[in-house]
Amino acid sequence: MGKEGSEYTQNLFQYPLSFDALLRNRKKIKKELLSKDGLIEKRIAILGGSTTNELKNLLDLILLTRGIKGVFYESEYNMYYEEIMFSNQKLTEFKPQLIYLFSSVVNLRYFPLNSNDNMAELLESEFSKYKSLWDKVRQEFNCPIIQNNFDPPKYRPNGNLDSYSMNGNCLFINKLNIKFAEEAQSREDLYLCDINWLAYKIGSEKWHDFSKWYSYKYAVGIEAMPYLANNVASIISTIYGKSSKCLVLDLDNTIWGGVIGDDGVEGLEIGVETPLGEAYRELQSYILMLKKRGVLLAIASKNDREKAIEGIEHPENLIKLKDLTNIQSNWERKDLNILKIAKLLNISTDSLVFLDDNPTEREIVMSSLPEVSVPNLGDDVLTFLSTLDMSGLFEPISISKEDLARNEMYKANAMRAESENSITNYSDFLISLNMNAEIHQFKKPYFDRIAQLTNKTNQFNLTTKRCTINEIIEISQDKNNYITLQGKLKDKFGDNGVVALISAKVERNSAYIELLLMSCRVIKRGMEDAMLNVLFQKASDLGIEKIYGSYIETKKNNMVKDFYKDRGFLKCHNNINCEGASWMIDVACYTPKQHFIRVENCE
Amino acid sequence: MSKESVLIRMQEVIKDILDLDQLELNRELTAQDIDGWDSLAHINIVVGIEREFKCKFSLAEVKKLKCIGDFVDLIETKQ
Repeated sequence: MGKEGSEYTQNLFQYPLSFDALLRNRKKIKKELLSKDGLIEKRIAILGGSTTNELKNLLDLILLTRGIKGVFYESEYNMYYEEIMFSNQKLTEFKPQLIYLFSSVVNLRYFPLNSNDNMAELLESEFSKYKSLWDKVRQEFNCPIIQNNFDPPKYRPNGNLDSYSMNGNCLFINKLNIKFAEEAQSREDLYLCDINWLAYKIGSEKWHDFSKWYSYKYAVGIEAMPYLANNVASIISTIYGKSSKCLVLDLDNTIWGGVIGDDGVEGLEIGVETPLGEAYRELQSYILMLKKRGVLLAIASKNDREKAIEGIEHPENLIKLKDLTNIQSNWERKDLNILKIAKLLNISTDSLVFLDDNPTEREIVMSSLPEVSVPNLGDDVLTFLSTLDMSGLFEPISISKEDLARNEMYKANAMRAESENSITNYSDFLISLNMNAEIHQFKKPYFDRIAQLTNKTNQFNLTTKRCTINEIIEISQDKNNYITLQGKLKDKFGDNGVVALISAKVERNSAYIELLLMSCRVIKRGMEDAMLNVLFQKASDLGIEKIYGSYIETKKNNMVKDFYKDRGFLKCHNNINCEGASWMIDVACYTPKQHFIRVENCE
Repeated sequence: MSKESVLIRMQEVIKDILDLDQLELNRELTAQDIDGWDSLAHINIVVGIEREFKCKFSLAEVKKLKCIGDFVDLIETKQ
């Protein structure tokens, strides 16, 4: 992973944007973004009907994150019409490659209407003003135009009548927006920036910030501006071919509720039976709409492949196997799997978007593959859809037949052989997580959680021994005959709580591991080794010479079948204290495994 | 919150927005005394301070702000 600064920027520029960071740290961020390789430079003229300075600054930053270095020209305040129609010399010399016409409801000349006005005439008059601007741009610069449509009015002096009376403000704006839409359908150089929808989405209180309008002539509130800038950046990225092509999805708790490895296919929440299932269903239905217009879909999931497929084949799952270009479901790191997906589809990694509910997985991908877009989904499915939708990462210009056929084509390409990829150092990533573990014997008030872990954990579980809370309390008190260890893991994203357990029965100079498990949410972090190292330390303190362990195979715990072997245990068959294939090691022969967790509080 | 700690937090906001690592505020300073504090930066500084202290300034209040001390006194009345 790179230096601290770049890590910070990557997080910052994942959607949704942090308003405070954009406000306070933009100068530092800009310096850093400018150091990126491969930026394409574009001359962009922003011709505004109100103050555009802040918008320009934000657009500049967001375009940089998308690989575009803007060189900007701004019109004099509210001179967008004059500068185009009367061929302003500075604008002409600037030679814009793209023009953004930033007008809004405050610029409507014939607005609000008087009762005597004829709406059709007024509409025509307003519309022809803009049409003449577009025509003049075509003639003079022949470059793409991004044009705002109109946001809803600030007031409704006629109340609901404003939406249907022939002198209603809302009706006037809606009709004008339809005329803009019809024109944009027939012109190839005109792209609409739908601020009508944006104002609705952001909410009128933030959109029409009166204080900033009266004081500084900001037609759009300062808190709404990052969203507007992102929206414009999405259109510009698409015009220059920088929009994303492939959506890479995690499975568990991202496109369905639950963890298939633990809950089984029947335990998944997807479909109309439960509120959570409904939420995931709607998300899946949205993703399929993206697929329908040409976005490629792939899976990167930490699951056995058969499990993943079993989940996808759940009858209520809307996304079917045929919708997916390829499925990377294994216990490898997700950044490696994502690289594999990009290779298989033969597309560059900067055209990938990765959705995962787990902040740690997002961080791995962001830090090894900073060019992949990783929206900050949060951990609540209720916000996933809106975040993905507002990110603008899949902004289309038009929807062509090729787009519709694209999925099939890529799916065929993906059948090619796969190859291993190398990547930045995983250890650096683990170090950056700043992990701290508290490992000590089973104790209050965790007995409940410990019992629950023994009953819920299926995958990283060597013996799958289920315990009641009473049994847990009993062995925790039986200190002469049992070593018990519970491990809590914290990292920079927060506290994972108690996630790992070991209990071992002591008999004379030997210890027999009866319970060794870890929650799925911390797999590949080194916690198992932190735990095991503490066990061996304790064993050695107690004068124990040999430790025995067993792997009891179930349908779900295949991932730990080589756990003991990988740690230097030797196979033995004559152990009557444990069932299953058994392993043994001399305490003196154990070499503590390296990990990157600071371990505290182990008495 | 003491005026002293308001001043320190304000200093952090303005340092960030203007990217002036060495900035040291005192009550008497005005926008003219500080590099880069122009009318556009002023908007962001006012918004940055409102967000830092979780308060809103009215138009009349913003109009009266002449020096750093005025900011500090106003913020204090909002806590």
